[in-house]
Amino acid sequence: MNGLLQLRNAQAVRADSVPRLSVEEFREAVICAVEGGARLSAMFGRPAEGNRLLVTAVLANDPDGTLQACSTVVDGGYDSITPDCPQAHWFEREIAEQWGVRPQGHPWLKPVRFQPPCRPAAGQPPAAERPVIGVTDFFRVEGHEIHEVAVGPVHAGVIEPGHFRFQCFGENVLHLEISLGYQHRGVERAMIGGPTARSSHYMETLAGDTTIGHATAYCQLLEALSGSHVPARAEVLRGVALELERVANHVGDLGALAGDVGFLPTLSYCGRIRGDVLNLTAMLCGNRFGRGMVRPGGVGFDMDSARVEELLKRLAVIAKDTAISANLLWDTPSVQARFEGAGTVSRELAEQIGLVGPAARACGLERDIQNHHPSGIYRFAHIPLSGWDSGDVFARAYVRWLEIQRSLAFVSEQLRSLPEDVVMASPSSPAGNRFAVSMVEGWRGEICHVAVTDDRGRLAAYKVADPSFHNWFGLACALRNQPISDFPLCNKSFNLSYCGHDL
Amino acid sequence: MIKILLSRLQQGHRTTKYPAGPPPELPDRFRGRVKIDFARCPMACRQCQQACPTAALQKAEGSFGGSSAARMRIDLGKCLFCTDCAAACPHGAVTHDKDYRLTTRKREDLIVCDEPPRPACPLDKPLLRILGRSLRLRQVSAGGCNACEADSNVLGTIGWDIGRFGMQFVASPRHADGLLITGPVSDNMKLALEKTWQAVPAPKIVIAVGACAISGGPYAGHAEVHDGAASVVPVDLFIPGCPPHPLTILDGLLKLLGMARRISEI
Repeated sequence: MNGLLQLRNAQAVRADSVPRLSVEEFREAVICAVEGGARLSAMFGRPAEGNRLLVTAVLANDPDGTLQACSTVVDGGYDSITPDCPQAHWFEREIAEQWGVRPQGHPWLKPVRFQPPCRPAAGQPPAAERPVIGVTDFFRVEGHEIHEVAVGPVHAGVIEPGHFRFQCFGENVLHLEISLGYQHRGVERAMIGGPTARSSHYMETLAGDTTIGHATAYCQLLEALSGSHVPARAEVLRGVALELERVANHVGDLGALAGDVGFLPTLSYCGRIRGDVLNLTAMLCGNRFGRGMVRPGGVGFDMDSARVEELLKRLAVIAKDTAISANLLWDTPSVQARFEGAGTVSRELAEQIGLVGPAARACGLERDIQNHHPSGIYRFAHIPLSGWDSGDVFARAYVRWLEIQRSLAFVSEQLRSLPEDVVMASPSSPAGNRFAVSMVEGWRGEICHVAVTDDRGRLAAYKVADPSFHNWFGLACALRNQPISDFPLCNKSFNLSYCGHDL
Repeated sequence: MIKILLSRLQQGHRTTKYPAGPPPELPDRFRGRVKIDFARCPMACRQCQQACPTAALQKAEGSFGGSSAARMRIDLGKCLFCTDCAAACPHGAVTHDKDYRLTTRKREDLIVCDEPPRPACPLDKPLLRILGRSLRLRQVSAGGCNACEADSNVLGTIGWDIGRFGMQFVASPRHADGLLITGPVSDNMKLALEKTWQAVPAPKIVIAVGACAISGGPYAGHAEVHDGAASVVPVDLFIPGCPPHPLTILDGLLKLLGMARRISEI
């Protein structure tokens, strides 16, 4: 179909089977695929012969569960895809910043994370070429009584750093520009040449609140590249850990949303319940964030029947406490008055800019890797997709509550029917010259990892697309024509990762 | 309204009695300090050292128990408290103990053989007089992954309630008595961290939470980071872990304020 390579989630193919199209064909293929309903899940560059750049795009076709890939060689400049395909907007900026190529006609070509250029590919970045963080030409609205509000990188709460620039008319936000990059630690660069002893730890700390999500995506990718098999019991335990991560974060978000509208009961209860869920993950593996749980070949820790019993017991208490805390939100008119109609994103806009995860499902879009591109345990056990269609803070909160209930049910069900098996298969090394895509539905949405190996089976390219990479622009759009005082509420309703974006 | 009141009754009182009472129960798989059983460790294989992602394990020559010998030494400031060393050891000599009390005042105190790290001592008397009963902290994440941030933030929830000890995370460095820093200090956050530190009125303290803030953690040696908070500001308290358990952080804060013993004696 249109000269694109077809593959599935967590499937490896020969690296040279990814077609190399001309730049024109590549543009055409990506634009047509997206117009036909596909999503741009990843787009990244890596060095090609003669100081040129090989750009690869990965597209996800949700209805039939397939992925497509194609690539092209770019030399200096090329016609930007973004004007015809807004989903490419952030990716093209990233590629331009990393590799110095110029997408001509890109409407908003600014740095995404102020990182040093990646060329020459190997070795340390030259210090002289470093862009200065936060120094860019911010969009300005001019006019009588227009004022600008700058927030960050250091925020008021205990959260990660980023810069927000608001253009306001009175209380009303006309435009929000989000400028990130403060958390850049060079993860993708450090993955090249691996896997090494640090690789799993990079993945587990890529976004610390998504330890299981990113570690699972990484392990799935390595297992695809090496053609190795994961024991059934390990796949179930990975699913259990992933859903516990989802529940912990969603519960914490409901509490924080309550806090942002000054509703203290749910804030207090959910803050505590979130900790109880993290403690369940610690029951699995000793660490509240799941460090060491997911490892290439399986999981690092097994369950015994006493542990399963205790976990189920605690899970039942958590389910009851969470229901009481969450339902207070929907029963309290003063909370609903703040949630409803705040930070609305239309379905059309969400589709156009490529939102993922609960933020997309809250706009009525059916996007869920577990349903459309299942891997691991999700091939056999389905969690119904949770959605709402109002696209506002309420929808994003309510989708979380639906997902909490379904994830808790999934965890109980899976723990009651753990297959007898080992939990770790003997590891094998990635094969040479392979290309693979691995996707996981993390609690924020689609996590996409793409890897290419060299002829000796080492990682020649490693691309991570955290769900935040797709969704930060959605937050900026949600703030248009909102009172600036609703920013904390809207921000929390997306709750995006800074380090997951900055890598 | 009645639902809110009923929910309050149902949820009950949830704040830990620690430090006046026993600490909350830690999971049985909790990973504290790495311990090496020297009776089992032949010192020749070094497989644990090779498996360690952050070079936290090093061979140390010295005098142990009266006789000179070589032993593995662990830097808890670099340790990610993962299982890689224990899994690699063919002799079953490497284990994790259950001790959550790992905090030190000096970086070098985190480097240990088989003894626990030297416990953090309270702030000096004059500083303790000013900060001992009211410590306001500004948290700065400088490349942190949001795990250390989350488990610091959790101390403000009702489960831990550090407000009981006069401690609080505040919104502005101008309101703060010190910084609690997480992350390896990314180059892109270095200036912001320096400015935030300068904005805190003196006298001020700095607390480094997590392997990244102490040593760079898994990012140590990256050109994009500065290998921890001490590269930018003077650090008064080191709280190791990846991330540290909230109990480890609380224990460190209480020790710094001289409250760990004072309260438990009551």
